[in-house]
Amino acid sequence: MLFPRPLQNGPPPRVVVTGAGIVTAYGSGWKVNADGFRAGRTTFRPVTLFDVSRQRSKLAAEANLPDTLPATRLPARQASRLDRASRILLLAAHEAWGQSGWEPSEDLPLVLGTTSGGMLLGEEYFKRAVNSPRSHRGQPTRALHYQPQTQGRIIAEALGFSGPIIIIANACASGGNALGLAWEMIRAGRAGRVMAGGYDALTQLVFAGFDALQSISPGGCRPFDAHRDGLSIGEGAAIVTLESLDSASRRGAEILGELIGYGSTMDGHHLTQPHPEGVAGLAAMQCACAVAQVNPEDIDYVNAHGTGTPLNDSSEAAAINRWAGSHAAALPVSSTKAGIGHLLGGAGAVEAVVCLMVLRERWLPPETTLETPDPICRFPLVRQPCDARCELVLSNSIGFGGANATLLFRRYS
Amino acid sequence: MSRVFVRGLGAVSPAGWGVPALRAALAAGVPLPLRPTERPGWDQPLNARLVPDPSPRPAFLAHARLRRASPITHYVAAAALEALGHILPNPARTPRLGLIVCLQSGCVQYSYRFFKEVLEAPATASPLLFPETVFAAPASHISALLGNVSLVSTLVGDPAVFLQGVAQVADWLAEGRVDFGLVVGAEEANWLRADAIWHFDHGCVPSAGAGCVCLSLEPAASAGVELTALTDAQTYLSNRNRSDAAQLMRSQLPAGSANELLCDGLQGCRRLDAPELAAWEDWPGSSLSPKRVLGEGLMAASAWQCVAACDALVRGDFIAATLSLVGCNQQAIGARFVRQSDQIRGQS
Repeated sequence: MLFPRPLQNGPPPRVVVTGAGIVTAYGSGWKVNADGFRAGRTTFRPVTLFDVSRQRSKLAAEANLPDTLPATRLPARQASRLDRASRILLLAAHEAWGQSGWEPSEDLPLVLGTTSGGMLLGEEYFKRAVNSPRSHRGQPTRALHYQPQTQGRIIAEALGFSGPIIIIANACASGGNALGLAWEMIRAGRAGRVMAGGYDALTQLVFAGFDALQSISPGGCRPFDAHRDGLSIGEGAAIVTLESLDSASRRGAEILGELIGYGSTMDGHHLTQPHPEGVAGLAAMQCACAVAQVNPEDIDYVNAHGTGTPLNDSSEAAAINRWAGSHAAALPVSSTKAGIGHLLGGAGAVEAVVCLMVLRERWLPPETTLETPDPICRFPLVRQPCDARCELVLSNSIGFGGANATLLFRRYS
Repeated sequence: MSRVFVRGLGAVSPAGWGVPALRAALAAGVPLPLRPTERPGWDQPLNARLVPDPSPRPAFLAHARLRRASPITHYVAAAALEALGHILPNPARTPRLGLIVCLQSGCVQYSYRFFKEVLEAPATASPLLFPETVFAAPASHISALLGNVSLVSTLVGDPAVFLQGVAQVADWLAEGRVDFGLVVGAEEANWLRADAIWHFDHGCVPSAGAGCVCLSLEPAASAGVELTALTDAQTYLSNRNRSDAAQLMRSQLPAGSANELLCDGLQGCRRLDAPELAAWEDWPGSSLSPKRVLGEGLMAASAWQCVAACDALVRGDFIAATLSLVGCNQQAIGARFVRQSDQIRGQS
């Protein structure tokens, strides 16, 4: 029952990650992405998915998807007809599921963050409704499949599990909030295991939207650069399998990392601009650390939201400066959006997986395009590939509209 | 176990702005008039039940964040403020609010306008419209309007998601993270949404608006209604259709009695109604079907159902009310509310 909530004896369980799947413009899968993030490669290229000839900006980080999807329980005909967002999501979920070693279950919650769901189908619905108003062929399917809950159901069907599906749409914090809610569900005893993540495919409406706001960099984003001129849009997904440490230990599962803290706050400053001092971002980091009972001095690396817009980065830098205090001078920070762009609803989840890579593989992801660090940053920005032995890493997500999420991961050994 | 009480209710619907208008329309039981919505390319308009303009125009709509916002934000704001009622800041401590906005279609009016501009002339598409197309926009605006929202989230899905929002707010309350929690379900209408609904049932009449419940743990602050149960989310699968899910939902709720109310989602569309009709065919009490009067408001309709059920208890018409949300393409979830005794309400 959703209410009353289950009685819980003892402290909340520790929550660990036992599977991770990732799709970005680097490719599909942990290894190709780890290689890309470690090298700090950039992936921005002219958009091919829709016409951008009349837009100010023409670059994005499109993902190259494989021609065929991995075999799942979906009928081949259905799998072959999946829209782009569903394909991206399925690739990530399939990888995470395989790595976790989970078996099909009838009580496995799925928590997803997205901003657009299957918006490409919604756009197609719009065009056909306007241009061919008397033709209805395929329209019911488009109307159904553009909705994110349908994509969630597809993942459950494909992997053979069932359970509640929760879709969070807190703009660019959606993916981080999805992992955070999953973590809370396990700690509250609502579930022993939760699959969670975020995703978004590149869509014309969103690309044109950020272009209309003149938020897109013409040449590729450079987060925290003094001369930064905007964000770059990307696409992708990340899915993780979260479970209690007891559950993972009983199964002898490989543990990729432990999620030890989550903070979620609201910034009511402006619909499209964060508070200049980053007060809500600061509160989210403080909240995550308080829950985890750690101090800023304990953190070894921050994966910043770092979109590359002048306002976001100055706000987030101010928040990190205040939060870290004197530790800021020794705290490596980078934004992996420098390589793969802003994945919107997928960003928080993808960056969480980057944090797991940092903990597991012991390197830091650089921003190789950074030329002149903004002097507001009192922290060192990671500019070159380097090795690092991190025990605690923090990931920020800051959403359009003011939603903030901070996740805190610990190396498990 | 924490007990959760309904502190206040709010509604904006085709019946008007406010719970009294909703109550009056449902009491009359007469389907509200249809209004034609021009469907480009068709000779005949699509019918809908739309929210009338407020009269007089509420002062809060002059708030800087609401002036250019999409109508759905106005609906959410009105419902939330009505549900909050007379909650005033405690001189010693400002109450911390939690807010969950639940949507299915979301901000369709501005999305339509913006994408139309993008296709026509993307270089001049309005930067004012795009931010309002985002699902999270209404929650952002309302947070700014209220000023003391400490936790906020926007949930998307089929109309049963409204009760997922109630469950999440109940958790926030139980964990002491907020003092009051608002759950809002809202939708707005345009011809494109009406067109999409038409493809699934030609007889289904789309409508718009919002509904809100304000929850708290304080018996003394209660309007006289307690939440006692939320079923599991019975997700639809290839081997579990809407009918199966509705039956499972029903099986997790008490059988009911003659002096209890069932507030269901029936709307007079035989195919859409069938699973819910079957699930509740032996219901022994009274029943109320707000969609028959107000139309298919998707997430707003779920919220209206919840508001109508709780309002009936507040007014002492029944001792308990069961809410049946059999969503269109995701899940079925049910809830049960009971009328609080005066003795319990006196405790604080």
